[in-house]
Amino acid sequence: MWKFLLPFAAFVALVVLFAFGLNPNRDIHELPSPLIGKAAPEFALTDVLDPTRTVSTAALKGQVYVLNVWATWCVACREEQEELLAIARQHVVPIIGLDYRDNQDKAKLWLTQLGNPYAAVPFDGDGRTAIDWGVYGAPETYLVDSHGRIIFKFISPMTEEVWEKEFLPRIAAARSGA
Amino acid sequence: MIRFRALLTSALLLTSSLVLCASPSLAQQASATWDDHAQLPDPRLQTRFERITKELRCLVCQNESIADSNVDLAADLRRQVREMLVAGRSDDAIFKFMTDRYGEFVRFAPPLSAKTALIWGAPFFMLLLGGLIIYRVVRQRSRMPIDE
Repeated sequence: MWKFLLPFAAFVALVVLFAFGLNPNRDIHELPSPLIGKAAPEFALTDVLDPTRTVSTAALKGQVYVLNVWATWCVACREEQEELLAIARQHVVPIIGLDYRDNQDKAKLWLTQLGNPYAAVPFDGDGRTAIDWGVYGAPETYLVDSHGRIIFKFISPMTEEVWEKEFLPRIAAARSGA
Repeated sequence: MIRFRALLTSALLLTSSLVLCASPSLAQQASATWDDHAQLPDPRLQTRFERITKELRCLVCQNESIADSNVDLAADLRRQVREMLVAGRSDDAIFKFMTDRYGEFVRFAPPLSAKTALIWGAPFFMLLLGGLIIYRVVRQRSRMPIDE
């Protein structure tokens, strides 16, 4: 009996392993953030469009907001720009655009030419704030609740589908719970 | 007898290739640690810097350490490690700083815990399993009449 059962069990185990491991919807480069459920790392940075203005997590507290990590050197950021503009027009939550390892002049040009979806554009020129947030590429989009906790992180360019399926329900839940 | 020898050879080949695959340091030792700035003033700090940056994964290229990678994020993380060393922080504090932000995955050798038990245990389990199979096959064959 064992002679037949054991190979069969091994076969089933392999099928389960491959079904999980070779799932085309799973991006092996995507890493779960240890910051989910934790307080958003604090920052106080100057705004790209207005250097006299300081954008800080302390001032953002009390509202649900989205933090989008972008840069002018990031090709995929150009890809998601249209979607971000569409989201901004919905006026659901403010989008904060963390300008990551960038050049301020280029960033300004980008925002005037392609349109500005951001309520504020904190400038993280040396990438220190990005390290605190566990950023390892751009674009990355975080959702922060009114208690200042990170409740979701999405890696890759934003799409309408992701916004409607992943973000909107979480925003609604965060608001009803708060 | 010939079949047994072929089995033994393939087992040996498999083991040696496994050993080679399991030691990426063999390939990495050839390249010196690429660095953005001059060495740290204290040679002891420099040694620690080299060890720690080899232990941390570059999350952009994922199979390179931040010591070997020349992407921007790796440079930023090397700067972070260097600053923390100069500020007198311990190795544990530096690793904690990284895992707090990037998760256990940032370490090439994550500490043994319930979550990482499978990673640490799997090689020993596989070795045991392979040994068991070889033992059974060899014993079975030794009981068979000589076929040549």
